[in-house]
Amino acid sequence: MTNEQSKSQKTPLYNDHLALKARLVDFAGWVMPIQYEGLKEEHIWTRKHVGLFDVSHMGEIRVKGPKAAETLQWLTTNDVAVLENGQAQYSLLPNNQGGLVDDIFIYCLEKNSDYLVCVNASNKDKDFLWMIKNNKGADITDESSLWGQIAIQGPEALKLCDQIFAPVKVSEMPRNQIKISTFKKNQISYQIMIATTGYTGENGCEIFIQAAGASELWNALLNSPDIKAKPVGLGARDTLRTEMKYSLYGHEIDDATNPYEAGLGWAIKPAAKNFLNKEQILKAKELGLKRKLIGFKMLDRGIPRQAYELKTETGEKIGVVTSGTHSPTLDEPIGIAYVDSAFSTEASQFFVDIRGKLVKAHVVKTPFVKKD
Amino acid sequence: MAFHIPEDFYYTKDHEWAQVDENIVTVGVTEFAQDQLGEVVYVDLPEEGQKVTQNQTFGVVESVKAVSDLFAPVSGTVIEVNSALMDDPSKLNDDPNNEGWLVRIEMDSEKELASLMRAPEYKKLISEK
Repeated sequence: MTNEQSKSQKTPLYNDHLALKARLVDFAGWVMPIQYEGLKEEHIWTRKHVGLFDVSHMGEIRVKGPKAAETLQWLTTNDVAVLENGQAQYSLLPNNQGGLVDDIFIYCLEKNSDYLVCVNASNKDKDFLWMIKNNKGADITDESSLWGQIAIQGPEALKLCDQIFAPVKVSEMPRNQIKISTFKKNQISYQIMIATTGYTGENGCEIFIQAAGASELWNALLNSPDIKAKPVGLGARDTLRTEMKYSLYGHEIDDATNPYEAGLGWAIKPAAKNFLNKEQILKAKELGLKRKLIGFKMLDRGIPRQAYELKTETGEKIGVVTSGTHSPTLDEPIGIAYVDSAFSTEASQFFVDIRGKLVKAHVVKTPFVKKD
Repeated sequence: MAFHIPEDFYYTKDHEWAQVDENIVTVGVTEFAQDQLGEVVYVDLPEEGQKVTQNQTFGVVESVKAVSDLFAPVSGTVIEVNSALMDDPSKLNDDPNNEGWLVRIEMDSEKELASLMRAPEYKKLISEK
């Protein structure tokens, strides 16, 4: 461990990562596993079987009290009023300049009065201050240090969860639900929340667990007698979400992104409610979107990477890559980019400037990897 | 992890190796480098006849997650390129010291070798990582 890493926070699973000989990196102020046995193996294992992800670095902000729903309606773009007890919703926190503070998941624990908001690790402090500053009278607390979080993702994830969390039948929970339960080990009962959400496109869930129980749960999941779950690092987490064209803050979206350009209009409900800076966000859409977020593949050799420019044959800049990698599932390069609307329809061709060389590419349908 | 670091190679601080045969220098990346890179999925190498300069980039290798520059251990002219790597970059992971070689360079001046490391020094460098 270098000194630099030792300043970073450790998740409740830090010692488990050491025992598994993970390669550790500093990410958003946390010491996190980038990979264990290898990115590609972990990625493929998640697509075919089940992967375990330590996502304890994610932030958890609790919004409670009689003004909780009203506050979240104001702070977020999606319609909180439709959430019943135990339902979850993807949403956005708009800033006051037409961009986004973060993208988030809201879990309704008690309609109108108790919500859990899961936020990106890199934005947690910023989000919390923003929510406090624009609070409409809710009781907002940062619970991040109380919770460990483990994502269980893949075709065998729900079967594994049914085993570990019995009598809860996780396989019978619809997607985007949350259920409060307990996980018992060695006569100790830990509070958990089972959420059927995820960031891979696979079936599965994300478990919030009292930090003290996270390691016990992680090892119970790893040591199932008949289902072989493997630990998966942040490297494969990124390639899995890229294959689904899921946005990642700092890549596809940031404090200057209009969410309609990012293809996130489905998480904005302007007809249902008023929200912070609604007018500016809608105005950009009404004026016509200048650029769109698209998925593309290469027609000649080369791997696109974030910040590479998209150009016309004559070298005119028409876009920029937000994420790019070699897809482990497809075994070919894939990319996500903002491109001028004129070049955004399927099969439109352009060039990616890869270290000064223009390499041909074209727009494709997304997600890159189809899931049912 | 124990890496095989051949005694007769020269090494750069950027983890390339150089095997010298009179004025012809074969260049590759070390076992340590391939382990750090993870699975290599793309290799971009110069063409034959291209001039390279010591400590300057002459190509890239890419894993799923990252792009890494390749640095020339000596200045000179590229006389041969391992084109098999372009089709099957996994050779770079499987056998970095032999089959995974990158280019052969006709070096301008063997005086440049003096600034490279020998095996004991390189082993010390990676043991501190």
